Amino acid sequence: MAMIEIERLVKRFGVFTAVDGVGFTVDRGTVLGFLGPNGAGKSTTMKMITGFLPPTSGRIVVSGFDLAERPLAAKRRIGYLPEGAPAYADMTPRAFLEFVADVRGLIGADRRRKLDEAIARIDLEPVLEQPIDTLSKGFKRRVGLAQAILHDPEVLILDEPTDGLDPNQKHAVRILIKAMAATKAIIISTHILEEVEAVCTRSLIIAHGKVLAEGEPLSDSRGWRFGTLEAAPGRLDAVFRRITTGQVTELAA
Amino acid sequence: MTGGTAAIFRRELAGYFATPVAFVFIIIFLLLNGIFTFYVGGFFERGQADLRPFFMFHPWLYLLLMPAIAMRLWAEERRSGSIELLLTLPVHLYEVVLGKFLAAWCFTAIALALTFPIWLTVSFLGHPDQGVILAGYLGSLLMAGGYLAICACLSATTRNQVIAFVVGVIVCLLFTVSGTPIVLDLVSAWAPHTLVDTIASFSFLARFDSIVEGVIDVRDLIYFASLIAFWLFANAVVVELRKAG
Repeated sequence: MAMIEIERLVKRFGVFTAVDGVGFTVDRGTVLGFLGPNGAGKSTTMKMITGFLPPTSGRIVVSGFDLAERPLAAKRRIGYLPEGAPAYADMTPRAFLEFVADVRGLIGADRRRKLDEAIARIDLEPVLEQPIDTLSKGFKRRVGLAQAILHDPEVLILDEPTDGLDPNQKHAVRILIKAMAATKAIIISTHILEEVEAVCTRSLIIAHGKVLAEGEPLSDSRGWRFGTLEAAPGRLDAVFRRITTGQVTELAA
Repeated sequence: MTGGTAAIFRRELAGYFATPVAFVFIIIFLLLNGIFTFYVGGFFERGQADLRPFFMFHPWLYLLLMPAIAMRLWAEERRSGSIELLLTLPVHLYEVVLGKFLAAWCFTAIALALTFPIWLTVSFLGHPDQGVILAGYLGSLLMAGGYLAICACLSATTRNQVIAFVVGVIVCLLFTVSGTPIVLDLVSAWAPHTLVDTIASFSFLARFDSIVEGVIDVRDLIYFASLIAFWLFANAVVVELRKAG
């Protein structure tokens, strides 16, 4: 069933149109990848789905709750990692996660269990008592991830979840996303094409605020298909360039 | 207090004490209070058992110190981007605004409470009217709330704490002196009487003075309460409008 439904979403900042009529649905069990050049409108779309920015027009429904009418009900079901994984620098990861748990209204044994689970899943134990601003970029990102999955949300919105991580950490995060995929609807944004191949079950190529193409993996790991274009494994970049710039470069063999 | 407000209140209050800033602030507050009371205010020379010389400098002290307490509240959230995290959590905006304001106010109350030795001193030396002293503390705290609400709102307009501080001082100054000739002479030459009276009625000084005298006028309480409410409302509006910035 569709956990996220987006219809004709538009966001204008003054005369600039950041998101221009984007629409799609995401079902449970789907990992949807937002692919696109910088400034394509990926983050702005995510900010609207999570209720941070109000859309200029269009409709957002999360887990059956219209964001404009029942914002809190929708927000309770969303876990969100904003771009750059912001957190409170002077807090320790433990204090920060406890704060998020409190604001989310978790109490008692449930609160304790969910905190322990998130800390274990993200492997934050070694840095739990260090102030966040003393942590490495990778650990900061993981603190942001832990915060996003803390309340075991049905919908996860992750803006560049692996940005700034080393290859091992990237691998760990991808495994984590895959492990959670079955029971959740997940949207990740990235400009790393291999990431789409590694974790996504669907992908949207976004540029200039519009969805230019929708892609799905071909069966038997034979690559991806975007409309009429097919890309062999590891050759997504050519298709991406062709769709976003209109230039025909060497296509997938 | 709702659960969301309480959680934000606790985080902000703990945030003040997470760095040495809180202790530096409290020490400066107590030191300046002592200097003003004993040297400038002539506490001993007056030979009266009351705390007037202590309270009379509070508006000027707060003018500089309250913007320093409140400048961080929203500007820092903006600068670090954590505002995006905070406002996508399942809480109403007013709960966040309230939690932050109450934390700053509570911190001020702690600093104010730590001036208790001056109360002990005056009680030891003479027989002051305890009711008047209590009124003075109440008035001082209310006025501090007014300054904090103004500065919290202004903090939401920028991502730069220094700007939040400077603008906060200027606006607080206007509210402090609006009943004095500094402002009224400028206005009275051309403005109608009702406008002059309205501007004069905004003055913190006149209202605070009467509370410190022990005269608790319901209108003064309503003034400070509605001033706080108005600026907190403005705070929420500013946050809502300036999210993207």
